[in-house]
Amino acid sequence: MTRPEADRPRGAQAAPRLAARGIAFAWGARRVLEDLSFEVRPGEIFGFLGPNGAGKSTLFSILTGLLPPAAGELRLDGRKVAFGARELRARMGVVFQEPSLDAKLTARENLLLGAALFALPRAVARERADRLLAAAGLFDRARDLAGRLSGGMRRRLELARALVHRPSLLVLDEPTTGLDAAAFRRAWEALLALRQDDGLTLLLTTHRPEEAERCDRLAVLDRGRIVACEAPEALRARVRGDVVVVEAEEPGPLAVEISSRLGLAARAGPSAVTIERERGHELVPRLVEAFPAGRFRSVSVRRPTLADAFLDVTGQALEDPGGTV
Amino acid sequence: MTSPLRLDLATVGVLWRRDLVRFFRQPSRLVGALGQPIIFWLVIGSGMSATFRMPGAAVGYLAYFYPGVVLMVVLFAAIFTTVSVIEDRHAGFLQAVLAGPGSRGALVLGKSLGSASVALTQAALFLALMPWAGFRPLEVDWPLLLAALALVAVGLAALGFAVAWAVDNVMGYHAVQMTLLVPMWVVSGAMFPPSAAQPAFGAVMRANPVAYAVSATRRALSGPAAPGALPGSAARDLAVLALFAAAALSLALLAARRPARPR
Repeated sequence: MTRPEADRPRGAQAAPRLAARGIAFAWGARRVLEDLSFEVRPGEIFGFLGPNGAGKSTLFSILTGLLPPAAGELRLDGRKVAFGARELRARMGVVFQEPSLDAKLTARENLLLGAALFALPRAVARERADRLLAAAGLFDRARDLAGRLSGGMRRRLELARALVHRPSLLVLDEPTTGLDAAAFRRAWEALLALRQDDGLTLLLTTHRPEEAERCDRLAVLDRGRIVACEAPEALRARVRGDVVVVEAEEPGPLAVEISSRLGLAARAGPSAVTIERERGHELVPRLVEAFPAGRFRSVSVRRPTLADAFLDVTGQALEDPGGTV
Repeated sequence: MTSPLRLDLATVGVLWRRDLVRFFRQPSRLVGALGQPIIFWLVIGSGMSATFRMPGAAVGYLAYFYPGVVLMVVLFAAIFTTVSVIEDRHAGFLQAVLAGPGSRGALVLGKSLGSASVALTQAALFLALMPWAGFRPLEVDWPLLLAALALVAVGLAALGFAVAWAVDNVMGYHAVQMTLLVPMWVVSGAMFPPSAAQPAFGAVMRANPVAYAVSATRRALSGPAAPGALPGSAARDLAVLALFAAAALSLALLAARRPARPR
């Protein structure tokens, strides 16, 4: 993905929009986050990829000032800033995973109250609310109660509310949870347009590979640690060759048998066995010949996804936290 | 950057306005706000009126009980408007306020003022019935009444906020409020005056801020020497209530500084 030239940092020395060093957090004896360090460049879309329970929501709470970390340091545009500092909150737009609209107020009132929190003058607030409603395709629904809008509309309204004070950094927690494919595409069109048109920096958490794919860089979060931080393409390139997927009733025993009979590294998932291999198509006839009909439902070959890369890097499945190898 | 004070005032304003808009938008809440205390007043009031004798004054029970019901309205309104904080901070608008540029103090003050305003509105609806209780609106000390009810409403709302934030679940919240606030109302002199035969009850009452609100309400409705009012003056009643409001707000701020465990 390319960024518009204007949004690139001027020279290599430009300070990161947000830089974190050594963030740590624990609940009692349980360490949730350990020594997280990362830098988000201006105009970048930076994603934290990890399954549920990896510590994404805790990190989101820390970055948005809802939870103080046990250790760590934060810099905004190169200047040191305290976690949860007012200066940081004033420059940040936040989209929560849980709804944060008032269902008993209209779409427009939600935006106006959001603007009022930042002490925007009333005329400015009204003008921005109308423009954001129009951009979100909600202009006709401006006077409807937020609780009456569809799920996709509410997500768009959440995004509009987070933008009403023109933040320079937008932080989103699982922004497309619960959205269908069409709403997902629309949401991402809106996010990409924000970066393109306003040079907005985006920091988001996600467990969806298709969402991670749209980020410029990804920090792979595994049990509270960043185990990789690179572009999605680079992450995917860690998986060599193709992925052969064998769908079966009992993937566990089948994986063991494939490993022993064909001498391949096979991983069992919840409903399929996956084998990473160059020239994957050559493996398909060997599998079909080696196992009698009925041992598996289907065999297919595909290019590796970020879910495969995540499995490769962490040994953990992305979508199914229980499905470790 | 906009000045911190302006941002805090903005946050107070947003939360205050929001509670009032939500209240007036829900007709069922308006009906409940008036229906429940009327039933309570008439049913308990009629039941007790046959046996009730106010020592040293010829006052009927419906008139004696009326100021107590006004306080009950304020108390329940404060309980029911602050319970929403629990849901609101995890899956509601308060998330945006917490991540917004206002301080926690502004959040506490805004929410408490919002809840207190809803409570005062409900009390005002019930106060419109005062002629039927035998009180003359033109003889009422309105500034005293407003000051007493506003102070106790802010105090009770802030206390409700503190409990809601600290307990952080709805069942637990109601359990605490039923054992904390409802007894505060019962031993406030709202239902019956302290008897000389039970000095302990009188002592508990004098330590109970709600008793001073009931007392001030009695004085506002029936004059400085109103039957059932505490010894002392209206000024002392108000001073105690102001202290109570300040203490409850401090407690709420203390509670709000504690971060929530992510769910």
